[in-house]
Amino acid sequence: MIDLDFSFIDLDILSKFVLKGFAFSVELTVVATLGGIALGTLLALMRLSGKKMLMWPAVTYVNTMRSIPLVMVILWFFLLIPFLIGRSIGAEISAFITFVAFEAAFFSEIMRAGIQSIPRGQVFAGQALGMSYAQNMRLVVLPQAFRNMLPVLLTQTIILFQDTSLVYAIGAYDLLKGFVTAGKIYGHVEEVYLLAAVVYFVICFGLSALVRRLQARIAIIR
Amino acid sequence: MTLDWQFFLDDDGSGRTYLEWMLDAWGWTLSVALSAWLVAMVVGALMGTLRTLPNSPVLSRLANAWVELFRNIPVLVQIFIWYFVLPKLFPALQQVPGFALVVLGLGFFTSARIAEQVRAGIQALPRGQRYAAMAMGFTTWQSYRYILLPMAFRIIWPPLTSESMNLLKNSSVAFAVSIAELTMYAMQVQEETSRGIEVYLAVTALYAASAFAINRLMTWVERRIQVPGLSAASGGGH
Repeated sequence: MIDLDFSFIDLDILSKFVLKGFAFSVELTVVATLGGIALGTLLALMRLSGKKMLMWPAVTYVNTMRSIPLVMVILWFFLLIPFLIGRSIGAEISAFITFVAFEAAFFSEIMRAGIQSIPRGQVFAGQALGMSYAQNMRLVVLPQAFRNMLPVLLTQTIILFQDTSLVYAIGAYDLLKGFVTAGKIYGHVEEVYLLAAVVYFVICFGLSALVRRLQARIAIIR
Repeated sequence: MTLDWQFFLDDDGSGRTYLEWMLDAWGWTLSVALSAWLVAMVVGALMGTLRTLPNSPVLSRLANAWVELFRNIPVLVQIFIWYFVLPKLFPALQQVPGFALVVLGLGFFTSARIAEQVRAGIQALPRGQRYAAMAMGFTTWQSYRYILLPMAFRIIWPPLTSESMNLLKNSSVAFAVSIAELTMYAMQVQEETSRGIEVYLAVTALYAASAFAINRLMTWVERRIQVPGLSAASGGGH
């Protein structure tokens, strides 16, 4: 039985070791969310296009990504990117590319459900107004799909934030690694794992409480 | 670039081939996932049930807290805590093998998600089911055992299928505490042999095949347990 001692943690250590990692985790989450939604929407549109040439690659991509553990995807990209471009890139850049590519598969399923939740009458109305496919999607279907799916998209983002800790596999310097590094240097390994858990918990619990409130508000509007 | 699979037949330095090592690792992955699945289903069903109990605010709060606790901390951090922190705090746990700690970590993490599904499944049932059980003189335990849970589990079987596949994929985080499972194998053999692409392809294929097998198995069970006419999607019109 050891006694936990959290007194070694001060602002200095936090700003020196943890802040950098926290910034990276947040950046990775934001980039992967925005990039993933953009790419995912594109995949969803391909899948719903009704054209075999577009559907088939999108379906294959999404199903492949969804059947492999994220840790393996992280390792794959870390191995393949330097192999393809001929020089090594850092674990951090590799993580950005991996997460955008991986999350796109999950966001595409959410966007597909969102697009399919729009009544066909909306599409017909757009067509009746003389809108092109692109205009119809951009002005009528996608804005409503985004709004309907907003709580699900945000929930996925919270999961994504938790998943960023898996960059541990390639040694990228994220929030968890920041805590672990500080713990190793100051000899308080057990404490930092608990602290990391508390920080993740506070952030994720707070965000999911916000999502629940948003969900309640949206439910009233509709 | 040419793929070279020959190295799988080479000795890994301990008298077994890389292929045999990989099959061992696959076994570890499946054992971790299956054991954690059992923990997750039992604890998840219990917690999900407690959250719906009509007259036990304390128990439902506790179960809610359980779900929030295990859902809002990354699984990797949870595994580290089970493996590195808890044995230091509770010396009795030092006798427990690392495998069991990882199973508990993964199992409890997944139990939070299963509890959420079970709660949703029970709440999706018409209230009349519960009232009918009461009218028949069932105790709370009996109404859950014979009426509510059997129906709820049939409703939530499809999401449980995808949670089971997620669990298999999440078992890959066990690499972080040196369980000799597939991801650990992939990382080590990639370093030892520099045949990263072949190793990753093989490991990825095993993961995909396992996930597919779980999917088929769960779908088979789904068909076996379905109540005729309960769900429009179950093909009751034949």
